[in-house]
Amino acid sequence: MLPLAPMLVPLVTALLAAALPRHARLRRGASLAGAVALLVCAAALFVRVSRGGAISVAVGDWPLPYAIEFVADGLAAALVLTAALLGVCAVVHALATGPASEERAGLHPLLHALLAAVMAVFLAGDLFNLYVWFELMLIATLGLLVLGAEQRHAEAALKYFAVSMLGTLLMLAAVGLIYGATGHLNLAALGAAALAPQVAAALPAPVTLLLLALLLKAGVFPLFLWLPASYHALPVTALALIGGLLTKVALYVVLRLLGGVFVNVPGLLVEALGWLAVITMISGVLGAAYHWDMRRILAFHIVSQIGYLLLGVALASPAGTAGTAFFLIHNVLVKAQLFLVCGLMWMAAGHHDLRRIGGLYAARPLLALLFLIGAFSLVGVPPSSGFWGKLLLVREAFAQDRLAWGGAALGVGLLTLYSMSKIWLEGFWKPHPETRPQRSFAHAALSPVAYLAALALTLPILALGLYPEPAMRHLELATQALWSAGGQR
Amino acid sequence: MGLMLAITISIIVAVGVLLLLSGELFRLVIGLAVLGTAVNLVVFMTARPGSLTPPVIEPGFTTLPAGAVNALPQALVLTAIVIGFALLCFSLVLAAWLAQRQRRADVDGLRATEPAPTDAVKPAILED
Amino acid sequence: MTSRSTLLAVASRPLYWVLLAAALWILLRGHNEPGGGFVGGLVAVAASSLVAIARDTEAARRLLPLAPLPLAMLGVGLATLAGLLGGIGGAPFLTHLWSSWGLSTVVLFDVGVFLAVWGSLSGYVHALLADGGPASR
Repeated sequence: MLPLAPMLVPLVTALLAAALPRHARLRRGASLAGAVALLVCAAALFVRVSRGGAISVAVGDWPLPYAIEFVADGLAAALVLTAALLGVCAVVHALATGPASEERAGLHPLLHALLAAVMAVFLAGDLFNLYVWFELMLIATLGLLVLGAEQRHAEAALKYFAVSMLGTLLMLAAVGLIYGATGHLNLAALGAAALAPQVAAALPAPVTLLLLALLLKAGVFPLFLWLPASYHALPVTALALIGGLLTKVALYVVLRLLGGVFVNVPGLLVEALGWLAVITMISGVLGAAYHWDMRRILAFHIVSQIGYLLLGVALASPAGTAGTAFFLIHNVLVKAQLFLVCGLMWMAAGHHDLRRIGGLYAARPLLALLFLIGAFSLVGVPPSSGFWGKLLLVREAFAQDRLAWGGAALGVGLLTLYSMSKIWLEGFWKPHPETRPQRSFAHAALSPVAYLAALALTLPILALGLYPEPAMRHLELATQALWSAGGQR
Repeated sequence: MGLMLAITISIIVAVGVLLLLSGELFRLVIGLAVLGTAVNLVVFMTARPGSLTPPVIEPGFTTLPAGAVNALPQALVLTAIVIGFALLCFSLVLAAWLAQRQRRADVDGLRATEPAPTDAVKPAILED
Repeated sequence: MTSRSTLLAVASRPLYWVLLAAALWILLRGHNEPGGGFVGGLVAVAASSLVAIARDTEAARRLLPLAPLPLAMLGVGLATLAGLLGGIGGAPFLTHLWSSWGLSTVVLFDVGVFLAVWGSLSGYVHALLADGGPASR
């Protein structure tokens, strides 16, 4: 039952929270309790998997490979733990910012529904199940997008819906075609079946289609414009969770499919992924350099960081996969932390646009410190978590003589520094452009609890930066297991 | 049978893409639904249609009759239809609401999240 | 919608119950024959939509056992419960328990699906027919 708990706990929490539309206090209590319970389950699962190896559950006690399987291996367990931590922080942030920003009653149920879907994708052991949980993720995100119930929310939701739906349809078609070619949906059985030569010959086209769908959902060039166009309509709490997790979830699936299932994909496809990664990195960071709205800057940085992750996938080696996994966890934490800090900046200064705010360093030194830690990590200044992530990826790229790929990764780091220093100079350093330096609503809202969520995400980022060995070792073992499982078949 | 289905699917895909690209909100939503139908047919085809024997174990038997059609793709299609149906309902409500609010139903009217820039080098400021 | 048919409005009340009975029959029939919670739920939605179109959404909402969203939530909750019940004995999630005279956690699961479909789709239909749009969901 343990591998299913990370999925079932948020599902039940979502139902409980939705059943209490008029009892704000009870609903928030249930939401917090559910998030903490999820973290406990995730930690227990992580400990058990790292001690005893992968656990699998066949739902309904049907025989494999026909049953719907959920597999918790080292990689999945690490990501489940990261996402559960993110869930707790998001809920704490929602509680701290007060009922005014969250009510419209749907926030907590939808947050937990989203968490359930994300966990299920991490743990899913078959292709069709992946599709179903991606749909649930889409539905929960759409719900969060329209919470504000103003025109811009509905517009953002429609744009998000149209593109995501297209991606989902491509994914379903690919899943169907792969089933038609192999007769399997279970990932382990698929990997075994894909080794037969006549099956392998039929696979490249549907696998490419599947990758296309996943890359669209991950926001890879040229299919990323939906992301900055819709994310900023989300409430900050949801933005931290969605900006931190969703695109990365799609990339995790790519990593998992190419690393452990479809190990014999044509070299041309991998080559193309690498170049796409480079273009994604550069176009994302250039988009961020153009924008002045903090949410859009960060949204474009999501795209840019997805490029790094895809680069790691394209390196197609155990070391590259381990580096990608480390970068994935670092990036989930840092992105969510920066979005939370950006929410706090908005509360303190009154606007999302850097041209309208300022003076935060003098007014909120702790906020400035939190931002600096997140920003340095995103840029990859040693010894931050981002530094180790980039080091692993760039080192592997140079080891494989991919000089252009590694060089691009380093250059994009500089441009990331540019837009982070833009936020620093404009938001924190320069004086507030209005003569009244602070808006009055700001002081009431910034309770210590509001800092707590951002702080709770900053600590693991610092830990990953200062003492990365345990995480690296765990992920190396996990990815080796993934690759050897792919190679043995 | 296979060829006929393939031609049908490609026509449906063409209709769906045409509707998608029309730049009108409701056509966009319906276009996605039509495309969804085509994809469902693709998944349906993976059962290699041709057999007309339903995958039902007759009373008194313990195995499927010989030549029974593969039931799994049908289960997959059913799941996909259910999810697609829910999303279609949601997006119809959304599109209807948007069309009502802005009194026009084309995608070019959707500028609330991305206002046209007023400055030559910097993007417009988004007030919210 | 300005012009409503009086005949349809009057007929919709008995038709509602007849359709609902058919929905229940389809739900229970699904145990061993074609049918089931989803199809039954759709018929129930058709019944609700008929009332919503023939009279108004308020009348349809009053005839539902709960408000649409709680009804859907109750359905998902029942289905989850059916999955969890099977797991009590240590078996995986969704392992179903069977007992004599056709009672099983499968029926509970199907009832959950029925209610979820009925609640959520009725909610959508009401939102589409009401003038207020999504805000009135």
